[in-house]
Amino acid sequence: MNELPQQLVNGLLLGSMYGLVAIGYTMVYGIVQLINFAHGEIFMIGGFGALTVYLYVLPDGTTMWIALPLMLLGAVIAATTVAVGAERFAYRPLRTAPRLAPLITAIGLSLALQQAVWAWYPDAKQSINFPEIEGGPFKIGDVTIQTGDIFLLIAAPISMAILAFFVMKTRTGRGMQATAQDPDTAKLMGINTDRIIVVAFALGAVFAAVGAVAYGLKYGQVQFRMGFILGLKAFTAAVLGGIGNIYGAMIGGLVLGLAETLATAYIADVPGMEQLGGQSWANVWAFVLLILVLLFRPQGLLGERVADRA
Amino acid sequence: MRQRSLIAITAALAAGALTLTACGSRDDDGGSDSGSGNKTVVIGVDAPLTGDLSALGLGIKNSVDLAAKTANKEKTVEGVTFKVEALDDQAQPSSGQQNAVKFVADKDVVGVVGPLNSSVAESMQKVFDDAKLVEISPANTGPTLTQGTDWQTKKVRSYKSYFRTATTDAIQGPFAAQYVYNDAKKKKVYVIDDKKTYGAGLAATFTDEFKKLGGKVVGTQHIDPETKDFSAVVTQVKSSGADVVYYGGEYPQAGPLSKQIKAAGVKIPLVGGDGIYSADFIKLAGAGGKGDLATSVGAPVEELPSAKEFVANYKAAGYKEAFEAYGGYSYDSGWAIIEAVKKVVEDNDGKLPDDARAKITEAVQNVSFDGVTGKVSFDEYGDTTNKQLTVYSVEGGDWKAIKSGTYTG
Repeated sequence: MNELPQQLVNGLLLGSMYGLVAIGYTMVYGIVQLINFAHGEIFMIGGFGALTVYLYVLPDGTTMWIALPLMLLGAVIAATTVAVGAERFAYRPLRTAPRLAPLITAIGLSLALQQAVWAWYPDAKQSINFPEIEGGPFKIGDVTIQTGDIFLLIAAPISMAILAFFVMKTRTGRGMQATAQDPDTAKLMGINTDRIIVVAFALGAVFAAVGAVAYGLKYGQVQFRMGFILGLKAFTAAVLGGIGNIYGAMIGGLVLGLAETLATAYIADVPGMEQLGGQSWANVWAFVLLILVLLFRPQGLLGERVADRA
Repeated sequence: MRQRSLIAITAALAAGALTLTACGSRDDDGGSDSGSGNKTVVIGVDAPLTGDLSALGLGIKNSVDLAAKTANKEKTVEGVTFKVEALDDQAQPSSGQQNAVKFVADKDVVGVVGPLNSSVAESMQKVFDDAKLVEISPANTGPTLTQGTDWQTKKVRSYKSYFRTATTDAIQGPFAAQYVYNDAKKKKVYVIDDKKTYGAGLAATFTDEFKKLGGKVVGTQHIDPETKDFSAVVTQVKSSGADVVYYGGEYPQAGPLSKQIKAAGVKIPLVGGDGIYSADFIKLAGAGGKGDLATSVGAPVEELPSAKEFVANYKAAGYKEAFEAYGGYSYDSGWAIIEAVKKVVEDNDGKLPDDARAKITEAVQNVSFDGVTGKVSFDEYGDTTNKQLTVYSVEGGDWKAIKSGTYTG
């Protein structure tokens, strides 16, 4: 069996998930220059929102065709509520403070959200099983696609298309672009920047929620710490793609996912690298790639120079 | 003004702290001198009580608690009441070491049961040994813990205060290899481990024996235990043509790994050690986990006659969590400490001597009694003399013992 096509698909799937979460980092950064380190936890809350709907709202044995849209809704509601709440109570009071202050708040908030879920959600002290979609796997030539991945495969491009349409074509979307370019002038032009910032947080949370449902379906479980590592990866993806650039977030995610997968599969085959291959080294290679990109293109793959704003 | 109030607060705090310490020490004295001669001593428990491995950890804690309660009820040691104090190590070596320091500092602690992870044990051994406080692990299987880093060529015991009731991976890995090659008739294995002390050690001893028997290792991988995405590894397993996967590591990763392997259409069993022998593995692996195998130390606790009473008592005590893979060993570890305290107290006219810790450690070396898991005694390295192992298979949503035996090299 030729492994490469399957590995590429594996990488793209992993990368799409990074990309979905990275959008939240990149949008919030683009507009308020805040690295929202609690975004990984927003993602985690989305997963638990979906699980809550499945376990405690829907009757037992509901078919996934009915359950999945409702779970997605639950995920989106939970994630956006927390994200908007965080913006209102944790970040807005610090909007004029030095940049380090909201960053520290974000880290604190991230820990608080983790611990809250850990302490209050029944059974969340360990991994909790996520419902599965029956059927599959599907085969296309050498490539096997698992049932749980189909959601991700469909949801990621659709989400991107909707986002692009929103940002480019709607009033609020153009308002976001304007605020990203220059918040003060945007305000003078009559744009309600406070509202725009809330929208950016909410939108990021929606995509994180979609990513979280995809995560649950793909790996069959959620846990209160799932946002930490994935959040870091998504942040890396956002930086890799050029933080502030929405398409960059998706591209960065895909590149990162592919890099990790291919490093796992092939680095150990390179002569002299036997000790540096394997999945336990995947993160190392992902970050080597990040450093290389930043050395030669400090603004990231699709980023623009922002010298005038620094 | 502001400075003055700061000073006032600091002074108040300092005074409060001093008063509390004073209270503490008075209590200690009161305890040992009390006329009835009833002294309360503490058996410490160190295990992961939260996090992914907490199912195993809580089983350990409850089982030791049951041993202490039983000893108190039956007045096993005249004039001594046992209390269990459990600290959470979150499966982290650094937390384990902090807990060890805490236990050593508490004068009432006469022995500690734990930890679960071999890597955590490494960080605790010296702390306990310096204080001559006995530590008995119900679960550590890394050979180096008792026999030193060169255990394959020259066995040296590094810490006199460390014991364990679980057998080592030097036995468990090869035992699994023999079963997989001879009984399950699998010839091509893909070996995966998590690079931790336990997982890597187990995978290595398995691989050596499997090769010796004539089996072929068609691939190896090391996974990052922090990740849930094993797709790249699964693809490699698939293309390698392996007919069995051996995983050195624990169930939080083994369950999803098994699930992802089967979901990719590769219907081969995953085999692991006692680290995956948990009900949680079955939950995480899902329906595809049927037929997966695990070896675990000792005979199946539910089937030994000596264990029936333990199982019944555990149920009667009403613990929320199951006793899991190490329940029987934890009970026996706790009981070994109780037996040692009994011996020391009896030798000292019914009272705990001043150098109780050192005496208890010596006494543990010579304990011998019929425990839940069979005969409990320790060899010159602190390892259990009970070398029995069992292979379990996932059948009908539960682990079923399919072969029990003693490993012979």
